[in-house]
Amino acid sequence: MNLWEIWQQALVWLNDPLNWTNPDGIIARTVEHLEISAAAVALACLVAWPIGIWLGHVGRGGGLIVIVANLARAMPTVALLTIFPLTFIGFGYPPIILALAIFAIPPLLANAYLGVREVDPDVRDAARGMGLSGGQIVAGVELPLAVPYLAGGFRTAAVQVVATATLAAFVNGGGLGMIISRGFGLGLASGGGQMVAGALVVIVLCLALEGLLAVAERMVTPRPLRITGRRARTGADATLPSDASWPEAINVIRA
Amino acid sequence: MPPGLSGPLASARILVDWAAPADGPPNPWFSWEYVRQNIESLTSALQQHIELTIATVAIAAAVGIPLAVLAYKVRGLTGPILAFTGALYTIPSLALFALLGPILGLTFSTVLIGLVLYALLAIVRNALTGLRQVPPDVRDAARGMGYGRVGLLWRIELPLALPGILTGVRIATVSTVALVTVGTLVGFGGFGDVILTGFNNNYYKAQIMAGTIGCLGLALVLDLVLIGLGRLVMPWAARRSAP
Repeated sequence: MNLWEIWQQALVWLNDPLNWTNPDGIIARTVEHLEISAAAVALACLVAWPIGIWLGHVGRGGGLIVIVANLARAMPTVALLTIFPLTFIGFGYPPIILALAIFAIPPLLANAYLGVREVDPDVRDAARGMGLSGGQIVAGVELPLAVPYLAGGFRTAAVQVVATATLAAFVNGGGLGMIISRGFGLGLASGGGQMVAGALVVIVLCLALEGLLAVAERMVTPRPLRITGRRARTGADATLPSDASWPEAINVIRA
Repeated sequence: MPPGLSGPLASARILVDWAAPADGPPNPWFSWEYVRQNIESLTSALQQHIELTIATVAIAAAVGIPLAVLAYKVRGLTGPILAFTGALYTIPSLALFALLGPILGLTFSTVLIGLVLYALLAIVRNALTGLRQVPPDVRDAARGMGYGRVGLLWRIELPLALPGILTGVRIATVSTVALVTVGTLVGFGGFGDVILTGFNNNYYKAQIMAGTIGCLGLALVLDLVLIGLGRLVMPWAARRSAP
């Protein structure tokens, strides 16, 4: 089928208001997609941030984070999406949220760890000299200074989860991927347009979220702490543990 | 019930059966029986998985390393090249396959093109990091010794960037092995086909697990091969820092 026909079909599909307002339409699916994603990111933050900050505070566990990131990179999303519903977790949203959360943990964990590690040792010493306890140093010194890294990790994780949530359609789990898989179910000849339309909606959503979070990241970062975007996400300029692959270990190509 | 079992043991057994009734045929998470009976389809899935991975990484390296050199040498291109590969990273693979599928059909190349675009990110970024880590003193010394632009790149900068390049290739390989599974949308997903057929076929756990283990095992083996290859090509790196 040629490019022009497919494009036409996709526009026709997108132009039908029913395809937006159906219970199975773009609006309902987008809401579902974002709800699943938000739950997964929240769960991942709840687990990864405390552990990452604590590891950064005690200055150990860099190697452990690399191992977690490597394992997550090798594990196919499709595998966890199909395995979890068949365990005690059962079917529905929980297994999908759990699977997505697991893949969001490495970037959150690594950036939290790096953020705390990157705090100037002199600042930490000064805080200790002023009589602050370990907990006070974490809450009053390390955590505020790690905010740019936490925000960078959050952005990477959130964009990745929203992109990956598309795969939930493989197990009939909802979200915008369903539009693509429904189109595929109709066959390329009649459903090709719907597939392309679904793909375009997902892509626009991901790029919009990336842009939005980039702005949010800038806003939560105090001016003196602002570092160029890429650095926070990959830790490229940070003093890294021995393994040279460390900064990239954070970036797990997942979607 | 095994023959000859009687008395209290037998009644205990009946009690267990009653408490947890066997729900249809057994559906274990792993079964050698399954592997033995389906060895042919598993091998062909493995073959497809390997073919897609190797083709993807080879093409991505052939495109990505020159791109990294370009980004390194031409200051003005660094930003656009990194932005391009970064934007690709935000696009879901399923969406990319859904875009390419209706145009290219349900073919090997649909999956291949999608996978190459994702693998580019890891290779370009890491090769660029490797090139940037070449110490300026070394570059100056080489220039002083009379190396031209090409000689400098070919004999000094690229060899010194090899650890970064290798890291990129390793990351690209492992992520590609995981990502191939998504290709099952267009029917070329290697072990992904195995996993999803198992899921759709009455939640056949043994099949899902076989596909998953196949994926993880392949990723591990290919990563180890690349580490070994790195040792061969860069004996100095292994000597300097034991991993």
